[in-house]
Amino acid sequence: MSTNPIIDKLLAKSQRTDLPAFKPGDTIRVHVKIKEGDKERVQVFEGLVIAQRGGQQGSFVVRKMSFGQGVERIFPYRCKVVDKVEVVRSFKVRRAKLYYLRALRGKAARLREVERPK
Amino acid sequence: MPSTVAGILGIKVGMTQLFDDKGDVRPVTVLKAGPCVVTQRKTAKRDGYDAVQIGLVEFLKESKLSKAELGHLKKNDIAPLRMLREVPIVFEGKDDEGEGHVKAGDPVLVEIFEGEKFVDVIGTSKGRGFAGVVKRHKFAGGPKSHGSMFQITGSIGSSAFPSRVFKGMRMSGHMGVDRKTVRNLRILGVDKEENLLVIEGAIPGHKDGYVLILKSKRPPRERRGFAGTTTVDPLKAAKRAAKKG
Repeated sequence: MSTNPIIDKLLAKSQRTDLPAFKPGDTIRVHVKIKEGDKERVQVFEGLVIAQRGGQQGSFVVRKMSFGQGVERIFPYRCKVVDKVEVVRSFKVRRAKLYYLRALRGKAARLREVERPK
Repeated sequence: MPSTVAGILGIKVGMTQLFDDKGDVRPVTVLKAGPCVVTQRKTAKRDGYDAVQIGLVEFLKESKLSKAELGHLKKNDIAPLRMLREVPIVFEGKDDEGEGHVKAGDPVLVEIFEGEKFVDVIGTSKGRGFAGVVKRHKFAGGPKSHGSMFQITGSIGSSAFPSRVFKGMRMSGHMGVDRKTVRNLRILGVDKEENLLVIEGAIPGHKDGYVLILKSKRPPRERRGFAGTTTVDPLKAAKRAAKKG
């Protein structure tokens, strides 16, 4: 977002390099650190990546169906709450933002799976 | 060092967002703080008070400055500086001239803020031109429909008595370009290599505007939960212990 070289340099320091490459149409498991009092535990949020936003302050949107209810979470790439990300499956998609899936349910919301490059 | 300079001059670089250790996002302002140089040392003996005049190091032509300004800097063989300000000096122990004390020509770097928690920032607010009362004094304005005007002043007094407008009546006029101080902004990072200071929250003025950054004059008092989750509230701890026993 910012075009100032000084701020870009500052933000580059907090950029994460440990997350695997994934794109819209992938099913991923996001391990989220949750703090309860003094204890910390990890919760997994598994769903389909339906959007990515780029740039230094980018984020990705993960959608899943939870008891028949669609749930979406937005994770910033620089977020420290994300412990790790695993890519589970990949599907063939023809657009970068899969917002059209929000209106679809059941069989209509299926996607064709593709082999993931090893 | 027996004495340290308690402030630095800088330039507002801009704002961005950073994540803290808890994972919460913080709005931050990035400041280019210094490097500065001490241009004059004011002493109680000679000037009636103790202070340090510092200048922000920029690469300027001599022609940008008046002869009086150049002469002032030439006393201590300092390159041309445009931005000079006086900042307080902090003594540790006895106030004495001599070894280790701040003197003209000393550098002032951002590392003076290491270990500090809060700063006060003084800047010049953005100019708003000739502003109306709603923007300038936060008046409520008029109704937004029924054929009315929107941002009107309304009445400025009664007629028969006092037959005049009171002095100090808030009206429209020039707004902005004022010296503004924001106190107790939390320091989130000090970058010694790049001379950067990252503070939480907004500061007055536009990008590339000059700011004066001072060590906090009145930092917030320690209170319950001030230091985060590690602070123990004695009242609650006692209750918890009573419950267990």
